[in-house]
Amino acid sequence: MTYETPLLTDLQVDALTELVNIGVSRAAASLRQMVGRQVVLSVPSIEVTSRRTAAALMTERELGPLVTVSQTFTGGFSGRAMLIFPEANSLALARAVTGDDLAPEELQDFEDEALRETGNVVLSNCLATMANMLRYPLEMSIPAVAREEASGLFGDDLGSTGGAVLFLYINFAVSDHDIRGYIALLMDLPSLAALRSVVSDFIVRVLEQPKSIRA
Amino acid sequence: MTTVLIVDDSKLARIVIGKAVAALEPEWRRLEAGGADEALTVLGQQPVDVVLLDFNMPGRNGLELAEELRARFPDMPIALATANLQDEVIGRARAAGAAFVPKPITEDGLRDFLSGAALHLRRIRSDL
Repeated sequence: MTYETPLLTDLQVDALTELVNIGVSRAAASLRQMVGRQVVLSVPSIEVTSRRTAAALMTERELGPLVTVSQTFTGGFSGRAMLIFPEANSLALARAVTGDDLAPEELQDFEDEALRETGNVVLSNCLATMANMLRYPLEMSIPAVAREEASGLFGDDLGSTGGAVLFLYINFAVSDHDIRGYIALLMDLPSLAALRSVVSDFIVRVLEQPKSIRA
Repeated sequence: MTTVLIVDDSKLARIVIGKAVAALEPEWRRLEAGGADEALTVLGQQPVDVVLLDFNMPGRNGLELAEELRARFPDMPIALATANLQDEVIGRARAAGAAFVPKPITEDGLRDFLSGAALHLRRIRSDL
């Protein structure tokens, strides 16, 4: 079941997409520094949907187990940011960020730490860019690494909000490496209402002040 | 009369870029396109002197469009607006002779490119 997006106007969706685009572009530039190869991004997809539908979308594309690095954020708006990739890629990603200095058995021990740090750089960069542009500081949790199936990625649909969430995702791939995955943001409806007000302040600000233009 | 074409899939970004251009070069005529195909349509209909391209757009991205435009318009000032400052992106943009403008767009970020473009156009026109 897909919900209409009565909470966000077209211009708000446009502004949010642009903010995420800028945030993720900066994050990709940081990830490129870490892996030493170009990181290619898709344009963001954004929809209000159920957690189950969001998970189904991932299940359709990803048959094998996944690794996630998650950070929750709270502040002017709140939610969860995730770096998601196939478990089959995780050792290659850890190898790409650590370089060729580690022996295979060392790398295995170090894998989760490398993934946590990679997730931290990518997700923090993206969230901090958005927070700065929106002028609402965000508190971010320590990143957590988990291994799960696509069907269990976003929790269940229980709860007073009926499980509707703002689901926003971008595909990424690392050139010349068999590494690809997703950067996703998930916000429940109360957070979405807060986000709407923050984004509408942002739109008013960028449209009214010619001296401090941001978009 | 100088005409600038602003290409960005975000309407809000087009408005903001348009305002920054208007503040820096109030005499310039501003045109907008929401993507690469629309940009090519606009370019087929009227003369354009300067283009400002967003990088990450659905369909063809700004870099691909910059390369195509460079082949067709060897002298046209072209800028790529992005927060994605990866070496490969910078290298390809330089090879296509496109300048960089950091996103989020500000007057300060746009000033050097626009004044350079204005100077370049004056030179070309005085040579004619």
